[in-house]
Amino acid sequence: MEFKTFVFYFLAVILVFAALRVITARNPVQAALYLVLAFFNAAGIWLLLHAEFLAITLVMVYVGAVMVLFLFVVMMLDINMERVRQGFWSYLPVGALIGVLLVIEMAMVLGGQYFSLEAMPMPPEPQAAYSNTRELGRVLYTDYVYPFELASLVLLIAMVAAVSLTLRKRKGTKYIDPALQVAVKREGRVELVKMQAEKE
Amino acid sequence: MEAMLQPVADLFGPIWPAVWTLVKIVAIIAPLMICVAYLTLAERKVIGFMQVRIGPNRVGPFGLLQPIADGMKLLFKEIIVPSGASKGLFILGPILAIAPSLAAWAVIPFDDGLVLANVNAGLLFLLAITSMEVYGVIVAGWASNSKYPFLGSMRAAAQMVSYEVSMGFALICVLLISASLNLSDIVTSQGSGMFHDMGLSVLSWNWIPLFPMFVVYVISGIAETNRAPFDVVEGEAEVVAGHMVEYSGMAFALFFLAEYANMILVSILTSILFLGGWLSPVGFLPDGFHWLALKTAFILFLFLWARATFPRFRYDHIMRLGWKVFIPVTLVWVVVVAVWMMSPLSIWK
Repeated sequence: MEFKTFVFYFLAVILVFAALRVITARNPVQAALYLVLAFFNAAGIWLLLHAEFLAITLVMVYVGAVMVLFLFVVMMLDINMERVRQGFWSYLPVGALIGVLLVIEMAMVLGGQYFSLEAMPMPPEPQAAYSNTRELGRVLYTDYVYPFELASLVLLIAMVAAVSLTLRKRKGTKYIDPALQVAVKREGRVELVKMQAEKE
Repeated sequence: MEAMLQPVADLFGPIWPAVWTLVKIVAIIAPLMICVAYLTLAERKVIGFMQVRIGPNRVGPFGLLQPIADGMKLLFKEIIVPSGASKGLFILGPILAIAPSLAAWAVIPFDDGLVLANVNAGLLFLLAITSMEVYGVIVAGWASNSKYPFLGSMRAAAQMVSYEVSMGFALICVLLISASLNLSDIVTSQGSGMFHDMGLSVLSWNWIPLFPMFVVYVISGIAETNRAPFDVVEGEAEVVAGHMVEYSGMAFALFFLAEYANMILVSILTSILFLGGWLSPVGFLPDGFHWLALKTAFILFLFLWARATFPRFRYDHIMRLGWKVFIPVTLVWVVVVAVWMMSPLSIWK
């Protein structure tokens, strides 16, 4: 067995195990941590495919930021597993439908030779000085610049919407303005008074 | 070197690359751990002198054996796992804290060509690895099943994610002007320009054109490593020691090692990205690793200096500085640098 194959199966086994634990773990925090492990192993498999930019971005964005905030929220919640399990049977048909769709898609990817995959040219072997990041950037900002900008706009709208949905201004609350506090000078707070000594 | 090692390589056969890499890893980690140990002593000495005290001076000459005594003490202490703790995660916490801070050293170039893994996406790798440092703190805080550690880990999560953003933007400026994600290339790209040709290469390093980013990076680095004045994560007046409250012995020592290894990492990165790495500041002196060590030591001194100088920031002030000051400043500077590069005034041709 080639070393690369060994690495692939090593990562894949951990990935599948972690993904299974995400949905079977009773504790939501542990489930979230298993999801982190799954992301990490998926990034490893992408690295094997020479997609170092995507792999590292996966770790950076999902492991480094998204899952941290996820954990942040999940840790603060008091989740009652009984109530979560109540909806199991009513959600099962929808879940099963998505599962079947995923199986069909995977079958199409794996059985590519039945869908004229040969018509696609083989990607050229990467050169020594090949930089995945540079190539990706070049394509994103030249050939696909409009879809890319559109996607970023959609994300921006989602961000603004999320902020505006949760933003409430309550009246009568006393807010602290750190900017004002930072701008405070000694003269505004302390007054030195010169006094004659009191004599009895 | 290669020819000399050939008999040893034959002895190990096909596993030789793995063995050789392990040797190199030890050659990086062992000096790093000694640096960490003596950084703790340096911190106590420097802060001692700044406060007109002597600092540790009992163990060995000038207290030089103090770190070893501290290490021995921590080694022999018992690791107590609280009965209410989530046991597996409680043990995993310190490991998750130290693993990324050591893994990041794989892509650090110490001299021209002297690097463990000369990868093209070195800077990205560093960003990804350092963004995982927060897990140790979060997992430790949650697994302790105690209030102060939990509050500490919440603070850590918010603070580290916030400052990572501005740090990332500062790094984008650096990679814009050096047009590479490879750390060795970033250093060599600083060794050219008008001032370099005049023999004053100190003026052609990144810190002058990117001065605001340099400042933002150093301050974010202090916040990212949870050092004073941004150490609300372990602020003893409010949350005792944050995520480390329930830890003892080596488990506590691992957090300690991780924090100091991270300090050295941020300092060496600042030297590489903004201060020209191993390049000599003046033309008539040769380049070499000693310059990198000197620059790193200077940034580390800044860390200690800041700790002795500033009182601890209040938590909302930390958040304000990260989100309302640093992120807008870095965003604007990214645009400024990009326009500057495309304009006829560009100095990076």
